Amino acid sequence: MGAAISIDYITHHYPGQEAPTLKDIQVTVAPGETVALIGQSGCGKSTLLHMLAGLLLPSEGCVRINGHQVIKPSPRWNMMFQKPSLYPWMTVRKNASLGLIFQGRKTDMRERIDQLLETVGLSEKAEVNVQSLSGGQQQRVALARSLATDPELLLLDEPFSALDAFTRVALQDEVTRLARERGISVVFVTHDIEEAVAMADRVLVMGSNPGTITAELPIDIAHPRDRNSQAFVDRKAELMGYFGATRTLAADKGSAEAEAPTPDTESEQDESSSSESRARVRAA
Amino acid sequence: MNREATLSVDTATVERLMPVLRFADQARRALQYPALGIAGLFALWYWGGWAIGNNEDTMAFASFAPGPTLAAFWDIVSSGAVWSPIESSLYRVGWGLAYAIAIGVPLGVMIGYFLTLKQVTHVPFQFLRMISPLAWMPVAVLAFATWDAAIIFLIAIAAVWPITYATAHGVQRIDPMWLKVGNNLGANPYHTLRYIVMPAIAQDVFAGIRLAVGVAWIVLVPAEYLGVTSGLGYAINDARDTLEYDKLAAFVLVIGIIGYMLDAICVRLIKRSSYHAEG
Repeated sequence: MGAAISIDYITHHYPGQEAPTLKDIQVTVAPGETVALIGQSGCGKSTLLHMLAGLLLPSEGCVRINGHQVIKPSPRWNMMFQKPSLYPWMTVRKNASLGLIFQGRKTDMRERIDQLLETVGLSEKAEVNVQSLSGGQQQRVALARSLATDPELLLLDEPFSALDAFTRVALQDEVTRLARERGISVVFVTHDIEEAVAMADRVLVMGSNPGTITAELPIDIAHPRDRNSQAFVDRKAELMGYFGATRTLAADKGSAEAEAPTPDTESEQDESSSSESRARVRAA
Repeated sequence: MNREATLSVDTATVERLMPVLRFADQARRALQYPALGIAGLFALWYWGGWAIGNNEDTMAFASFAPGPTLAAFWDIVSSGAVWSPIESSLYRVGWGLAYAIAIGVPLGVMIGYFLTLKQVTHVPFQFLRMISPLAWMPVAVLAFATWDAAIIFLIAIAAVWPITYATAHGVQRIDPMWLKVGNNLGANPYHTLRYIVMPAIAQDVFAGIRLAVGVAWIVLVPAEYLGVTSGLGYAINDARDTLEYDKLAAFVLVIGIIGYMLDAICVRLIKRSSYHAEG
């Protein structure tokens, strides 16, 4: 079952920095919900995610998962990073098994891992050294590794940003499907607007200096989501509008594209409808 | 037999021969340069022997030349006289290295892991490292009850530094993400060491051991010049005292060959412990 998260008034100062990196962050995530944290580089979204994972403690406030304060990492909430960071001296199976080994859950480990590798489409690669895999396959192993311990919460720190466009889209859909099937709560950090709209039930827009949550946008599109549907395109445009709103004079199409944090992924979108609908959002 | 059958037989023969030919070619490629080097060394040795033999002042040492040496080498190998000193020497080097590894690897892991410890230990360790182990000889003789123990101590104190610093270097090169991921998966300190740190640094540790083996093997011979009545160093000293220069040179040959073999074992271990994909 997915975890309920409560982020209570988190403010964080990094040592030696005067301005807080995060200020008064207050968020709740319902069990099984998928929430995207989107914002420009340096807004503290990754810092916040590390706090959810228990890899970093906030200066003030606290994170609670199912009512328990998070003070250290746990196999019940698992984080996936931008790089798969697999251990190059191990096979795919060994990498995926590590969480279970660390927990001492070795009974029926083999079957569990077999199942998981099948889920992520790597059954045939089980006994292969991970160095021979492609970037997408490596990230799939990392996904299997994260899911092996049956986490209630999956934290994703831009895990697909280093992949090519096709693999990225495939993995976005796959993670969303798996998380929904298993009822896992997901919090992910991204600066890819399409990724946020494709995966999230709710998008939190973060602003920087200090890092705060500036807007919240529910994405009420049924799964599986069609990226070319009008609703999808509208949501994307709406989200883009939040970023446009923090800038001045971003009305024409050219600067709308420049605003997209990862322009290459946005290229397939229908530009005219995007700026049109954004204009509509602005007017509203 | 029809024509097609003949053809297929021929192809089959060629195909069966192909691996042999390929192997021969690979062997030639792999061996031609080392063979050249060995031949060069022998030529130099031969020339040296000839020069010594033709000089009135050095004529007494003419049996250092390849001919007498190889004859003496054959003698000590066929009579079995070579094995006992080898055994004594390997015993000392083995224990010396064992202590050096037992001390150097944990020390290196800690120095690599804790920056403070690295800074604290830098001056004293570099100071100790630069002292010739043989300078400790008098201390070692006083401190240890047996000559064997004293020699093992000298080897260990010489071999511990390369192992320590290679290990520390390996630990510093560990990708911080590996530790973070392990932490995130719930690894305790033992798990971190066993599944992440040790495999990550194995290659560096063995590279350090390789350097240590070289140092240990070099320190061994002079250490065995003193006191003991066994080992390769003693055998050399003994041959000198009895003016058996051919035998002396034969033991030098033995030292070189065993040293080479120890190094080759280390190289094999380094390769095996490397996690980098082949090719």
